[in-house]
Formats: sequence, C-alpha cells, structure tokens
Amino acid sequence: MITSVPPAAIFIIGAFLVPFLKGKLKTAYLLLLPVIAILNLLNLSEGTSWVFGFLDYNLIFCRVDKLSMVFGYIFVIMGFLGTLYGIHVKEGGHHLAVFLYVGSSLGVVFSGDLFSLFIFWEIMAFASTFLIWYKKDKRALGAGLRYLLVHTFGGTCLLAGIMMYLHTTGSLEFSFIGINGTASLLIFIGFIINAAIPPLHAWLTDAYPESTVTGTVLLSIFTTKTAVYVLARAFPGTEILILLGAIMTVFPIFYAVIENDTRRVLAYSLINQVGFMVVGIGIGTELSLNGAVSHAFCNILFEGLLFMCTGAVLYVTGTSKCTELGGLYRTMPITLMLCLVGAASISAFPLFTGFVSKSMVIQAAADGHMFIIWLALLFASAGVFHHAGIKIPYFIFFAEDSGKRPDEPPLNMLLSMGIVAFLCILIGIFPGVLYQILPYPVDFVPYTPGHVVSQLQLLFFAGLAFLFLITYGFYPKEERSTNLDIDWFYRKAGRGFMWFCNHPAAKFNMWIDQAFLGGTRGFIWFCRNPIPTLGLWMDTAFVMFYNGFIWFSENPVSILVSGFYGGLHLAFAMVSKGLLRIYIEIGKARDGAEKKRAFYRELIESGPPGGDVENISSDLFIAFIIFAVFLVYMAIKYFL
Amino acid sequence: MTWASHLPIIVVLIPLLTAYITPMLGWMDKRICNPLVIVSTSFAFIASLLLARSVLTRGVISYHMGGFAPPFGIALVVDYFGAYMCIVISFLTLMAAIYSREYIAKELHESKTAPYYTLLMLMTGGMMGASVTGDLFNMFVFFEILSISSYALVAITGKKVAILASYKYLLLGAIGTSFTLVGIAYLYILTGTLNMADLSVRLASLYGVGRSSWTLLVALAFFMVGYSIKAALFPLHTWLPDAHSMAPSSISAVLSGILIKVGALALIRVLFNIFQPEFVVETIPVTSMISWMAAVAIIVGSLFAISQVDLKRMLAYSSVAHIGFIILGVGLATGYGTTGGILHIFNHAMAKGCLFLCAGAIIYKTGLRNIDDLAGLGNKMPFTMAAFTIAALSMIGIPPTAGFISKFYLGLGALETGTWSGWVFIGAILLGSLLTAIFYMRVINNIYFKEPLHREDVQRDETPLGMLIPILILAGGCVIFGIFPRIPLSLAEPAAKLLLGI
Repeated sequence: MITSVPPAAIFIIGAFLVPFLKGKLKTAYLLLLPVIAILNLLNLSEGTSWVFGFLDYNLIFCRVDKLSMVFGYIFVIMGFLGTLYGIHVKEGGHHLAVFLYVGSSLGVVFSGDLFSLFIFWEIMAFASTFLIWYKKDKRALGAGLRYLLVHTFGGTCLLAGIMMYLHTTGSLEFSFIGINGTASLLIFIGFIINAAIPPLHAWLTDAYPESTVTGTVLLSIFTTKTAVYVLARAFPGTEILILLGAIMTVFPIFYAVIENDTRRVLAYSLINQVGFMVVGIGIGTELSLNGAVSHAFCNILFEGLLFMCTGAVLYVTGTSKCTELGGLYRTMPITLMLCLVGAASISAFPLFTGFVSKSMVIQAAADGHMFIIWLALLFASAGVFHHAGIKIPYFIFFAEDSGKRPDEPPLNMLLSMGIVAFLCILIGIFPGVLYQILPYPVDFVPYTPGHVVSQLQLLFFAGLAFLFLITYGFYPKEERSTNLDIDWFYRKAGRGFMWFCNHPAAKFNMWIDQAFLGGTRGFIWFCRNPIPTLGLWMDTAFVMFYNGFIWFSENPVSILVSGFYGGLHLAFAMVSKGLLRIYIEIGKARDGAEKKRAFYRELIESGPPGGDVENISSDLFIAFIIFAVFLVYMAIKYFL
Repeated sequence: MTWASHLPIIVVLIPLLTAYITPMLGWMDKRICNPLVIVSTSFAFIASLLLARSVLTRGVISYHMGGFAPPFGIALVVDYFGAYMCIVISFLTLMAAIYSREYIAKELHESKTAPYYTLLMLMTGGMMGASVTGDLFNMFVFFEILSISSYALVAITGKKVAILASYKYLLLGAIGTSFTLVGIAYLYILTGTLNMADLSVRLASLYGVGRSSWTLLVALAFFMVGYSIKAALFPLHTWLPDAHSMAPSSISAVLSGILIKVGALALIRVLFNIFQPEFVVETIPVTSMISWMAAVAIIVGSLFAISQVDLKRMLAYSSVAHIGFIILGVGLATGYGTTGGILHIFNHAMAKGCLFLCAGAIIYKTGLRNIDDLAGLGNKMPFTMAAFTIAALSMIGIPPTAGFISKFYLGLGALETGTWSGWVFIGAILLGSLLTAIFYMRVINNIYFKEPLHREDVQRDETPLGMLIPILILAGGCVIFGIFPRIPLSLAEPAAKLLLGI
C-alpha cells in the first residue's frame, strides 16, 4: 500500500510545474493532477500524520477526521471539475493560481495546528486575488486589490490572534477554541471575514463578479467554505453566529432581486446560502452541524453549477447582465437544462441536493425552539427561489429576446457542468451517499411527507408570487445600476486612504524636510545674527570698560599708576586693533563662504531631488533636537 | 596557532587587501577587476562561514592583534552576532559583485570600473571590520571607512542628482560620525579605556554614582543619535531615500541590504555590549524609547512608500520601515523580539537586495523607473518578475517566505514584554505589514495585469544570465530560509541570548 501525502502538497507542488509545460502535455497534466489528488484522498486514513517540527512547534499537515474528510472530498472533486471547466484557458499563470488556491484550501482543511492553518490561509488569499486579477480589466484590478486588502486584514487579525493564543495557552492545536478573550476574538474575526459575515461581506459581492469565468466558479467554492469549516471546528455553538447567520440569509435577498448582473445575483445568493451554514454552526447541535456541513457540501455543487452556467453564458456572449440577455433557450438548450438543475437544487426542490441539506438546518432551528430564526430561514428559502431559482434562468434564457444567438459553450465546460448536475440529482435522490460521510451519525430523514409538502407549498406560493409580480409589472425592473452596499465604503475608504497617502502623508514627508529647512534657517539666522549681535554687545561692553578704564587712568590718582596703565592702555589698544582686524578678516571670509554657498545653491536649483544646502545643516539641527530629547528623557528617567 | 585561529582578521583583510590590489590590476586590464572581486568575496564568504562554525563550536572568539592583550592591544571579538553579520555582509556583497559584471558595463563609464570595485571592497572591509571589532574606537574607524566609500559609491554615476544625494548623505553621515566620536571621547574620559569588554566592566561601577553618570548619559545619547543616523532610523532617515534611489542598483542593494544594518549592529553593540542590558532596559529605559521610534518608523516609512511613484525610491522608503522592524526587535530586548530583529537583518537583506537588483534589471533593460510604466513586464522578463514577486511577498511577510518568520518572532517578542506597549508594537508590526502589502501589491498588479501602453514592449526580453543568477539565488533564499528558518536561527538565537545575557 502506498502511503498517501497531504492533499495540499499534490496541488501546491504540482502547481509549480505548470508554467513549464505546453500544449497537449499541459492539458493532460492539468487533468491528471486532480485525479491523483482524488486517489490520494481515498487512500487517507484517519489520524494525524505528516508532522514536522518547525521552530519550537509541530506543524501537522495531515489531520484526518470525518469533518475534514467531508470538505476534502468535495474540494478535490471540485478541484478536478473546476480545472476541467477552465481547461481552455491559455495562461499558465491562471492554472498555477487555481492549483495554489485549491491546494491551500485543502491545506486549511487538513491542517491540525494554527500555524500551518495560517500559512495556507495566506496562500489562499493571495492565490485567489490572482484569479480575480487575471480578468485584466480595470474593474477587476480595483476589485482584486480591495479583495486582497480585506483578506490581508483578516489574515493580520488571525495572525495577531494566533500569536496571543500561543502566548496565553502555549499551544497551537487547532480544535475547539470558543470565544473567551481577545486572542480567540481576533481569530474569530479573521475567520468570519472569510465567511462574508456582514458587515464584512462586501468583498464578496464586490470581487466575485469581476473575476475570470473559471475564477468565479472556484472562488465561490473555496474561500467561504473553508471559513465554514474552520468555524465548524473552532467555534461551534457560538450564539452570536446564529444571529449573524440569520442576517446573512435574509438581507442579500433584497439586493439579489434588484441586481442586474447575474453573477452578482449569485454572489448575493452565496452569502445567503453561507448564512444557513453559519446558523447551523451557531446552533451547535449534532443535527445542525451535520446540516451546516452537508449544506456546505451541496452548496458547493449547486452554487458551483449556477456559477458555471452564468460563466458559460458570459463566455459565449460576453456579458452577464440581465438587461443584455434573454431568449437564449433557442440556441443553448443544454446549458438551460443544466442551469435548471442548479436552480431547482438551490431552491431545495425535493429530489435535488438543496432539499436534503437545507431542511436539516431548518429542522435544527425548529428543534431548538428558535422561532424567529426559523421564520427567517423559511423566508430566506422562499427568497432564494425567487432570485436564484427563477430569476437567473428566466432572465437569461427567456424574458425578452435579446436577439443573441450564441452557440453552446465548449465541450469541456458542458462536461464539467454535466457531472456537477449529475451529482446534484444523485445526492438529491440518494441522500444516504452524503449522510454516511457526515461528521456525526445521521438519523434525519428528509423525505417525510411533512417536509416534502411544506417545502412544495413554500415553493408553490413563492412561484405564484413571482408570476403575479412579473405579469402585472410589479417585479423590480432590471436596470443597469450599481446598488449601494457596504463595498461603497470600501471604495470610499480605499480612495480616502490613497488620498491620505498622496496628500497629507506626502505633505508630512515634505513637512519633515521643510522642518529641517526651517530649523536650519533659524539656526543659520541665529549664527548670523544673535551671535554677531552678542559679539557687538561684547565689543560695546569692552569699549565701555575700556573708556572707564581710561577715565580711571586719566584721573590723577597716581602718576605711577598712570604711567603703568598708560603702558597697559597701549597694549589694550594694540590688542583691540588686532581683534578688529581679525573680525574684519572673518567678515571677508564669510563673504567668500556666501559666494560658495551661492554656487552650491545654483547647483541645487538646477536639478532635483528636493535637496537644499541649508536643508542639510538643518539636519544637524534636528539631530541636536533629538539628542536633546534623548537627554531630557534620560534626565527625567534618571531623576525620577 | 593554526591559520584557522586567524579567521577574525582574515575576514577583514580579504576585502581590504583586494581593495588595494584592484586599482593596480585594473590599471593593467579592467576586465580583471570583476573576477578578482568575485573570487575574493567568495573567499570572504567561506571564511565567514568557517568563522561562524568555529564560533558555534568554541564560543566567543577573542583575537588579539599582534599578540598584544587588551586593554593595550586591539582586540577583535567575534560573538554569534558578529559572525552572523559577517555571513550576511559577505553573502550579499558576493551577489552584488556577480551582478555588477554586466550591470556596471552599461551603467558606468569604463574608466570608473576599477574605482567602483575598489570602493565596493573598501566598504565591505569596513562593514566586516565593524562587525568583528571589540574596540570602540576601532569601530569608529571602520565606520568611517565604510561611510566614506559609500558616499563615493552613491555619487559614482556622476549625475548631478546623484552627487547631490551623496552630498546630503555625506553631511548627515558626518554629523552622525562626529556625534559618535564625541560619545567615544566621553567614555574615554570616564574610564580611560576603549575596549568594549573593558568598558562594560568599568562602566558598571558608574551606574548611578554621582556626577560622572551624567557624562555617561550624555555619551549614551550621543551614541544613540549618531548610530541612529547611520541606521536611518526615523526621523533621522532623510538622507536614505535620496542616496539609495540615486546610487547604482547593485550599490543600492548593498546599502539598503546591509549597510544600514551595520548601523543597527553598532546600536546593539553600544546598548548591550558596552552598556549592560539591565541598565538600558530598566535603569534608563532607552530601549523602550527606541522601540517607540521604531514603531513610528514602521508606520510612517510605509505610508511614505505608498505615495512614491519612483520604484527605487519606494524601495528606499520601504527600507526606512524595515529598519524600524529591526530596531523594534532590538528595543524590545526580549528573547523572541531580539532574535526576530536579528533574524530580520538577514531576511530583509535577502529580500531587499533581490528587489533592488530586480529594479536595476528593469532599468538595465527598459530604462523605466516609474511604477505606473511597468505594465507588461511580467511577460517581458518572467524570471526577474517572479523573483521580484517572491521577494515582495517576503517583505510583506507571507508564509512560507522568510519574512514571515521574523514577523512572527517580532510579534511574539512584543507579546513577551507583557505590557500595554507590547500590544501597540504588535499592532504596529501587523499594520506595517498590511501597509507593505499595499505598495508592493500595487507594483505586482502593474507588472502582471495592467495592459501595457505599447504592444511591442511585451516581447520576451529576459535579463542577462549574469544578472539573473544573483536575483534568483536571493529570491530562492527568501523561500528556502522561510521553510528552514533553523539555519539562520542557529546563529541568531544564541546571538540574541548572549547579547541580552539570558
């Protein structure tokens, strides 16, 4: 038996070979690698392995238990299908980023300590940013940068949390943490940023619709679901998550209904779906955790399928806007069918995946007697049907004919979408396949008459409402508009920050130079004026003293004294004359220095960089000031 | 006495002697200079490694020049930190020397080849000497050697801007030097010795005794300011952006990579070797003051870097921020913190060296310096840009690059202080790396994803191999020493412990 390697290693190490391959060989390699990963994963046995001593800690790269295996399965499957979906992409760097992204997500899922978790967490953030940037238009660049900053901020919180956690507990083990104190709170914040929990969700709807076709599909799968995984492991039963999750399920509905870009509609629906999982984790019972995990599993399938369909439409028509699409059913029937499977799954039709997982979370909320939460989840389920179940297929494939007659997407896309659709139906009909890999034993039966009938009722009335609204023209019109969400603050904050760096901060930078300059001017003025003035004063005093002396000596006190002082007088006169001479010479020398200074000034003014001779002597000034600060500081410390 | 026991003087003499030979041979044939310098720097590098090995096995080496024992003779004292610095210095100089072969041929006039290598070797000799010396005045002399040769190297292109930058650097450097000289004089007045070990013994009796300790404090303040100028610690950094951006790129790499770190080394020597840790940490907490200055340097340096348009100037401001990381680690004066600071000397030397060499390669190939003009370079020079990206990630501190390890150690060190200021410092460290991410990712974004203005700009046109090799070695080092941090830590950790006396 071959020992298996950490699943992350295959993708991450394999990724670096991609840029060196070309043509058919590259295609074969790209498809082979995920297959190897799947085989390797099947071979994994439970327990921890691949432990490395690193610094004073143990890095556990392969901690396998049921929770991580569920995510492991779906991640490698989607790694394969995502690669297949995007196999036509030419840029090697894009594939490299995809593999790094998939690999690091697997790394997060299988890492058994916080240190290696953080390593993969950061790689994940950077690799996914590259997927957004590969779209290469201006919006994508901006959105990618904002995305990266949010995630680096999250990573920063996470790192700070991990360091404090290590400092207080002395352990880096990644298991149940729970919110108690600053360290765990920072870790929690780091995690929920990736789960797109409001008000930290805007990066998702901002960046995902701007990413590449393949990129969006993969982004929708990994980042949020790894967050669900880490929350499920470290913070199950945290009550605040129930509330946050409920908000997540409800508020995106409104945005999704009015949003024009189909991929952004799906991004909102993704937040809504993750909300179900977060509620499940927050409730924290075995049923709810099972529900959260299985919903993550199913969501990856159907959300991925829907993103694939809209991506395929974007790929063949060049747009993903509701207003510019419509009537595509004539030429894209296969895509339509697949999209309908996805739509049925996300709306939780019986016999499709969404039904068998979502109902677990709702049931758990009902079991926990959380009436309002339960109501919110039901409302959200109806809303999902509205925007994702009906709106997406309706506006793309039916509605007003846009006159577009595109062909079906390339075979690799269709194949990949077909497999995902097959899995959606398979799990919908045989939920046992999914239930047996869940972390806790399942005694939940989805297909009871009660469940089925109530869900059908819900869907029926939601559908009726849509029909009514669209027939009588009450349904919000699809318009080209930008809906205000929290990402507006990101943009404003980003611009504000750049403005801050380019104006006040740069001013401050100049101000430091100016301060040196001003200080110098003062210093030079001081040297030029007060010191000569002082010198003049001294001269005056000297002359007065001298006059007095003469008066004294001219007094007929004693002729002897007079004679003696007369000699002295002569000496003084000579000395003072000599001093005067020196003074004049110094003055001349100073004029010479002035000429030299003028020469340097000319030299400076003929070219940058913002240097000035006076500037430099002001540096001396500032050095003295800092010296003085040091002295004063130490004096205070010394005497207190 | 085998030759191995003379290693402390050998590492200093190799570059210094090469500096004397280079002009003679260069006068005969200019093409000899580069191989000569590469060979001698390689020897210096090997000697540094051997030195480190013997320090690791035998402990601190004290070498008496000419066999005269201190305090009468001059002593070279090589502890873990000194050996560590020797390795970093000779390694980065070696990379710069390999890189110079092709770069200098284009950047400098032919007549300047020999002076260039002579000055480079003088500077290296000065840095090596400052690292291994055990004598305060000796350190001053070595500092003068390295400073004066670096003033000349900044101006060597002969452009007016470079001359001005060098002039500014010279004046500020002279201020720093005179400050330290006054400090040395005060200590000499107090104790009558200049040997560091001797000084620390004699000073110990003066802490808090009568009037003489006032002189002590003044001397300490003179040292702090003087060496802070050399290390370009904010707000005494004003010479750095001009000097480092105007120098030839290979020199910028050495200046930013190691020269300012030698200033940090001198600070460490003064704080922990001459004055005792308990004095500077507890009695007169100078260390906490420089920590605060360093924290400000991290934030402000990064903010200034964000607003730069010139690539090399941005890198120079980034150095201002990162010298803050190093000094912060020193100022924390905890096991983890100081280890992190010392480790960051190495990690930053590799990353910043690589970045400056990449910037030089860009200038060599395209003549571009403005960040906004770099679009399309990702396709034009894929290997150089990949190295740039890796080094930038290391600067930001993304695992598994080396920068992450030092960031982690610094963070732990800040927590180890156990005071509220520790929380502020950890905030500064992490905020600093966040800001660093902003300005480096902006460059990477431009390189790879922005549409170039002219299509013909994106023809594949890689940096010549002679320049590419050092770039790739440094970028590789950023990753390798991130995955195997034990290698630099095996010296950095005992160095910190020895300095702090724990």
